[in-house]
Amino acid sequence: MNWTAIRAIYVFEMARFFRTLTQSLISPVLSTSLYFVVFGTAIGSRIETVEDVSYGAFIVPGLIMLSVMTQATSNASFGIYFPKFIGTIYELLSAPVNFLEITLGYVGAAATKALFIGVIIFVTAFFFVDITVQHPFAMIAFLLMTCVSFALLGFIIGIWAGNFEQLQLIPLLVITPLVFLGGSFYSVTMLPPVWQTITMFNPVVYLISGFRWAFFGTADVPVAISLAAIAFFMAACMAAIWWIFRTGWRIRQ
Amino acid sequence: MNAIVSIKNLHKAYDSGFVALRGVDLDIAEGEILALLGPNGAGKTTLISTVCGITVPTAGKIMVGGHDTVTDYRAARSLIGLVPQEINLEPFETVENTVSFSRGLFGKKKDPARVAEVLKMLSLDDKAKSKIKELSGGMKRRVLIAKALAHEPRVLFLDEPTAGVDVELRKDMWNVVADLKAHGVTIILTTHYIEEAEAIADRVGIISKGEILLVQNKDEMMSQMGRKELRVDLVEPVETIPDALMKYDLVLAPNGRAVTYTYDTRAERTGIRTVLNDLDAAGLRMADLQTQQSSLEEIFTTLVKEQSA
Repeated sequence: MNWTAIRAIYVFEMARFFRTLTQSLISPVLSTSLYFVVFGTAIGSRIETVEDVSYGAFIVPGLIMLSVMTQATSNASFGIYFPKFIGTIYELLSAPVNFLEITLGYVGAAATKALFIGVIIFVTAFFFVDITVQHPFAMIAFLLMTCVSFALLGFIIGIWAGNFEQLQLIPLLVITPLVFLGGSFYSVTMLPPVWQTITMFNPVVYLISGFRWAFFGTADVPVAISLAAIAFFMAACMAAIWWIFRTGWRIRQ
Repeated sequence: MNAIVSIKNLHKAYDSGFVALRGVDLDIAEGEILALLGPNGAGKTTLISTVCGITVPTAGKIMVGGHDTVTDYRAARSLIGLVPQEINLEPFETVENTVSFSRGLFGKKKDPARVAEVLKMLSLDDKAKSKIKELSGGMKRRVLIAKALAHEPRVLFLDEPTAGVDVELRKDMWNVVADLKAHGVTIILTTHYIEEAEAIADRVGIISKGEILLVQNKDEMMSQMGRKELRVDLVEPVETIPDALMKYDLVLAPNGRAVTYTYDTRAERTGIRTVLNDLDAAGLRMADLQTQQSSLEEIFTTLVKEQSA
């Protein structure tokens, strides 16, 4: 393993994040605060409790997940798309590194950025609602796994994308709807039975459910299934990336 | 020859069906400067990209420093530095960080002193903290070279380093190349400026339509293949060339004050002496004489034409 190269990529990518620290952090914090104000305070005051948790607190895990998933995806996709766009990819391709090292560098940095944002939103939440975390280690584990797996997905999108429109397309058309319909703002049990069944095909449901279990000890689906789902998702992304580098798809002619 | 880069029967066909390289064989000696000369689309960039790992060969074998570039790519690639043709740089990063990144990417431990040394060599030391977007085009080209040198490569590929560069900077680049050679770096550069090859290369390879047509020591190539011209200035202008001199294919200058005789330096007899004697016998009095070696450009054009024919 060329650890020096992994570190170089990681540090270089993190530098981009710190260069734009204000915009990197302010926008997710601001939008999350708006969610708290609108859903937690204004609408939430009219909803009593969901599964014995105040609505304001109930949406915290979902909101963290929403930001973490979108941030991990967009950071990772941009991270690898940008070198393709400006042409600096030549250096990666001519360097003595393999696919795993490149992936670890880019995905590691994107996941770290998403983690930062997740933690900041978590801290912000304390200003709006009372929350206690019943299973802190599980919470950290779910958060980490989500950061990594969505950064992997973003990495694939970044390699696939041929222009900036395509780079935005998947996050906008697929990830945002899946996250909104994945129970960020409601419990799946609140849906009519038919929709409950349909929802179970949404992979995000398992992640949000598992994450929420870590907070409140209640979940829409068993935690073991949530864990299995995220592990499967991560493995699928890794396999796709391995294939991409093996065949040189969209990168190496 | 102690070859540091050895290319055997290299073929490259792109997915689009375009065949860029057709059986290239090339050995590059350690410490030399080889100029690859060829028209646009000849396969120069593909050849370089394939050695560096950016494109995958369709067939053939490339060894760098004794390491196969496919099976032992880590060892092979760590010996190579690549300066691409396009100015591809992260615009918002500083010069120092960008160069440092390249060093790390090639697996070399962080070494600010080495990075500073490279920047100094390329007269970029006062720009170390500048953002790349603030630099001029010429400076950016230097940054590309600095990046390629950051990991102390033994072989440096320069893909058209002076394309679109002004005369002064071009001369600067040549000095940099000479400096690198003095440090023992093997340099392969592609160019379509023949004067560039003529000015700095030890050997010249001519590539066209994916084939290497000729690789030879530059001076040898010019003396063996070069044609020379003998120009004789006349004291009195003449209107036509006398019949006695017709066999020499002399060319009369429009003002009638000079005749030019072209001869082949490879021929056993150049014919200079008899031409001069016959000029004298025909009553043409000589005011001055000069000879001129034809340039690589003509050699190049002739070879490429021969291939097309």
